[in-house]
Amino acid sequence: MAERVGIYVCHCGSNIAGTVDVEEVARWAGQHIKDVVVSKDYKFMCSSLGQAMIEEDIKTKGLTRVVVAACSPHLHEKTFRRACANAGLNPYLCQMTNIREHVSWVCTDKAAGTEKAKALVSASAERVKYQRPLEPMYVDVNPATLVVGGGIAGLQAALELADAGHPVYLVEREPSIGGHMAQFDKTFPTLDCSACILTPKMSEAGQHENITLLTYSELEEVSGSVGGFTVKIRKKARYVDYDKCTGCGICSEKCPRKVIDTVFEAGIGERKAIYSPFPQAVPRIPVIDVDSCLYFTRGKCQVCSKVCPTNAIDYEQKDELIEVKVGNIILATGWKLFDCARMPQYGYGRLANVFTNLEFERLCNAAGPTNGKIVLRDGKTEPKSVAIIHCVGSRDVNYNEGCSAVCCMAALKLGHLVLEKTNAEVYSFYIDMRTNQKMYEEFYQRLLAEGMHFVRGKVAEVTDAARNPDEQGKLIVQCEDTLLGRQRRIPVDMVVLMSAMEPQADAKELGLKCGISCSMAGWYTERHPKLDPVATMTDGVFVAGVCQGAKDIPASVAQGAAAAARVQGMITKGRVMIEPIVATIDEEGCSGCRICNNLCPYNAIEFDEEKKVSRVIAALCKGCGTCVAACPAGVITGAHFNNQQIFAEIEGALWDAAAAKTEEETATQSVSA
Amino acid sequence: MGAHSEGNHGSAFLREVIADTPGGERIVHCLQCGSCGGSCPSGADMQYTPRTIFAMINANQRDAVLSANTMWYCVSCYLCMTRCPQNIPITDVMYALKRLAIAEGKARGTDAPALAKTFTDILEKYGRSFELGLASRYYLLNRPMAMMKMGPMGLSMFTRGRMALLPTKIKNLDQLQAIIKKARELGEAS
Amino acid sequence: MKYAYYPGCSMECNAAAYEMSTQVVARALGFKLVEVDDWNCCGATEFFSQDELTASAVVARNLALVAPELNQLVAPCAACYLNLAKTDRLMQDNATINAKVNEALAAGGLKYKAGRVRVRHLLDVIYQDFGEERIREKVVRSLEGLRVAPYYGCQVVRPIKGDDSTEYPLHMDELFKWLGAEVVDYPVKAHCCGGHMTQISEPQAFELIRRLLQSAVDYEADMILCMCPMCQLNLDAYQSRVNGFFGTNFRMPIVYFTQMLGVALGFELKELGFGKELVSAEPALRAKLAQRASV
Repeated sequence: MAERVGIYVCHCGSNIAGTVDVEEVARWAGQHIKDVVVSKDYKFMCSSLGQAMIEEDIKTKGLTRVVVAACSPHLHEKTFRRACANAGLNPYLCQMTNIREHVSWVCTDKAAGTEKAKALVSASAERVKYQRPLEPMYVDVNPATLVVGGGIAGLQAALELADAGHPVYLVEREPSIGGHMAQFDKTFPTLDCSACILTPKMSEAGQHENITLLTYSELEEVSGSVGGFTVKIRKKARYVDYDKCTGCGICSEKCPRKVIDTVFEAGIGERKAIYSPFPQAVPRIPVIDVDSCLYFTRGKCQVCSKVCPTNAIDYEQKDELIEVKVGNIILATGWKLFDCARMPQYGYGRLANVFTNLEFERLCNAAGPTNGKIVLRDGKTEPKSVAIIHCVGSRDVNYNEGCSAVCCMAALKLGHLVLEKTNAEVYSFYIDMRTNQKMYEEFYQRLLAEGMHFVRGKVAEVTDAARNPDEQGKLIVQCEDTLLGRQRRIPVDMVVLMSAMEPQADAKELGLKCGISCSMAGWYTERHPKLDPVATMTDGVFVAGVCQGAKDIPASVAQGAAAAARVQGMITKGRVMIEPIVATIDEEGCSGCRICNNLCPYNAIEFDEEKKVSRVIAALCKGCGTCVAACPAGVITGAHFNNQQIFAEIEGALWDAAAAKTEEETATQSVSA
Repeated sequence: MGAHSEGNHGSAFLREVIADTPGGERIVHCLQCGSCGGSCPSGADMQYTPRTIFAMINANQRDAVLSANTMWYCVSCYLCMTRCPQNIPITDVMYALKRLAIAEGKARGTDAPALAKTFTDILEKYGRSFELGLASRYYLLNRPMAMMKMGPMGLSMFTRGRMALLPTKIKNLDQLQAIIKKARELGEAS
Repeated sequence: MKYAYYPGCSMECNAAAYEMSTQVVARALGFKLVEVDDWNCCGATEFFSQDELTASAVVARNLALVAPELNQLVAPCAACYLNLAKTDRLMQDNATINAKVNEALAAGGLKYKAGRVRVRHLLDVIYQDFGEERIREKVVRSLEGLRVAPYYGCQVVRPIKGDDSTEYPLHMDELFKWLGAEVVDYPVKAHCCGGHMTQISEPQAFELIRRLLQSAVDYEADMILCMCPMCQLNLDAYQSRVNGFFGTNFRMPIVYFTQMLGVALGFELKELGFGKELVSAEPALRAKLAQRASV
């Protein structure tokens, strides 16, 4: 018996209808595609009225298949499958055709767009006839969650979940949690001390009964899927016994080897070869940096081991691979600082008194290398003038096209600290002053009142090439004061570069491990930029904080909490639906060659030793199709993507070629007749 | 609607400048950040900085732009262009503005067009540049007073064998002139 | 190694020292420069200010004349280098201009396939194609003790991006470190020499020249090394006028990098064209290098 197909073409307001003649597509489909019982267009198919129309047609016209030509299935596949289910039709008998992203948004020629839309609708209609009813599967959600990144976003997420009573594994690459926020002195716009608001959260996380802290650790491998991930984590050797160490710090104190701390102190301070990055570190267990440790590099020293009162130093310690099982993953991996040496015109690395903002944060910090005294690179001279340069590596297609979002406010904050701590004149060189959150504009006004100088213009260069005696021995900041329309040269003692926030160097790699992608700029891609900002296209994987895009502390905290709330929703629900789009092996034809077993990227194929055949574990299968293509006997079928369906789809897309051929044949026949 | 509609928008002068500059379509991305004006070695002498010129182009101030001294102070050092955060070919825009200003006789307060004209005349006549000829003709016609100051320097150059008294001519001058003639015809036709 | 060679008008007379030393150095390093037959002037910055298409055709004639068996063209002058390279690129990127330029060339019985010839500056050839090892081997007279300020100017480092920085190039710095010289790390090494402004607006040009000379003096350089005839002319020939204009007392020798490379390779000053500069380099050379070798 022939199927009864219904076709529904959406205008999406003018989103589709602007470039595709949707009425024509619906009319054409109704007349030309075989087995089509009803074909309609509608302003917004996803609206409740649109859905009701489909449901009504299924019931009254006895539809057995439905095609919705609208937006991406990412957006509304669930909507229309649900509508079909409501009317008693198996949801997998509904097929979506993307005529928005694939047609109207990428076409300018309406006639051509309309033709393409027809071909795509035809393809779906032919395919849908061969689709089979499928029953969704359900798996239980493991209530434990993995949080990657112990900065403020990850901390917030971990605490929210732990406080709600759920177990959390918090993985952090550095020896301590805290992230970049631990490096800052004050936070805008309220100027509260960064450490004062952060460290209570850090110690809470360190002591929380539901949080397993895995510092100095990195994510190695992720397998499984939403509800049941298995995660391998590498705990790097600290060379300090975690259980014996009391964190007394004598080892660091006595260690004879000092090195420049390029991480926590941003290169302007020192640490020892055995160290804890900062006094409030959580955990307080130090690590040995084997690249600088005298024992590891030269075989001599062992001072730490000798002075340790609890015998906690263990030079033989090895990296440890541990495996944890979680239901959901939150990535909160943060950012890295733009390398200012890439813009030689600003002199960073060549001119001593050009600093990055992160170096300057450490300089301002009371716990930093200068005890909070703002001094030049010589370590003693207080600057009489400081220039703060915005947008270094941001808003620049040569480096990072986007705005780093926090620098304007951070520049104002640093300017305030200079004014508060020194007698220096402070200049801010900005392109546009962006102070668009609560109390931010007020903070800008405060700095105007405090006497910070504002020059609107992107700095062209910072140079030591003096042109007159006033400039001698100074750093000269050259720019166009765009509000005056004149070139200016302002001699200063010190320059601070507000460096761009960039994605972590390994963000893409980590994303791949978890099955999520990055934007062109390298930030993790959220499921929807407005309506689903912390979920991703991979169920069970969430993002929070700067790894999703440059943002400040309040926004990072909000995202951390939001991600935790989403995970709690999953946990509360208890089980999640898994697409029944999986592979099946026809045991009759299986030769037991095991090619599929080895190829499966999800370890979802087991081998039955007794029957000598392979079998797919449906709960693990992701429906990727690798085994289907590889099976030499051709006995593996991918549900929802079988050959019949794919060939029908191709035939449908090529309807005009087929039509031409038929015409030709008819013509030849009539001639021969 | 969509990605291909650029070029129908913006001021008439903006479209004209874009059409006359290779890579000119980037002009619309100007942030008015002033890194060009700040970088320019002649920035202090310009009536309008390059950034201001871009604002004026947007505002369709054709006459004011073409009679500005800005492009005539451009030394083709390309600093603005490599620093521009939006990859606008600023130096090439300056060349386009020079051509437009010369074509319409709007260039004011500069001897640059005269120098350019003398230079190309010599090129056309000999196929090579001829410094003495260039200097004498350009200075005599345009800046006779400056000629006096050039004297001692010219003499020093001459005694060190760095100033030729006679021009060098290329062998196949006819070929070069035919190419130039044809190129001019093609340019005028479009 | 064999390259097509486009000397440019200045090399014939004004920059004779550059031409002499280039030929000497090329022979010593063992590469052959085959002069483009009957080349014409590149039009400098002047032609492009008037008529882009004609200027491109004038430049393209030279590209078309490059012998068919050669695909690399070396120019020692910054302006020539840029005009040749930029025209080739414009023809590659812009089909309309490419067609018209070729139509114009056809009037002279020529044609040029955009991209056929790779245009390079002389410094790049010496730096990249010979490289540290081979050049160090050839040094017979180290430049040790001599403080040189490499001056790159503009049009070789910008706007066409090569392997060197557009802001703070290093290739000539490295070359002279290989030769044993002390290289001055001064901030204006890729800033403008004034270009043709010496002909149009002296106060402006003199100020640009002054900035360069001042910075080299501030960094205690013995001499500035040039890689373009226009830069050399502006810094050298105009130096006394600059002194007169500002009341300064610069005595900064301005020589071509090939001249000093020639010195390191053991050649006599005369065959390298020394003595043609208006501010003599001899005192500095004698003071710094005399004690170790006969200069």
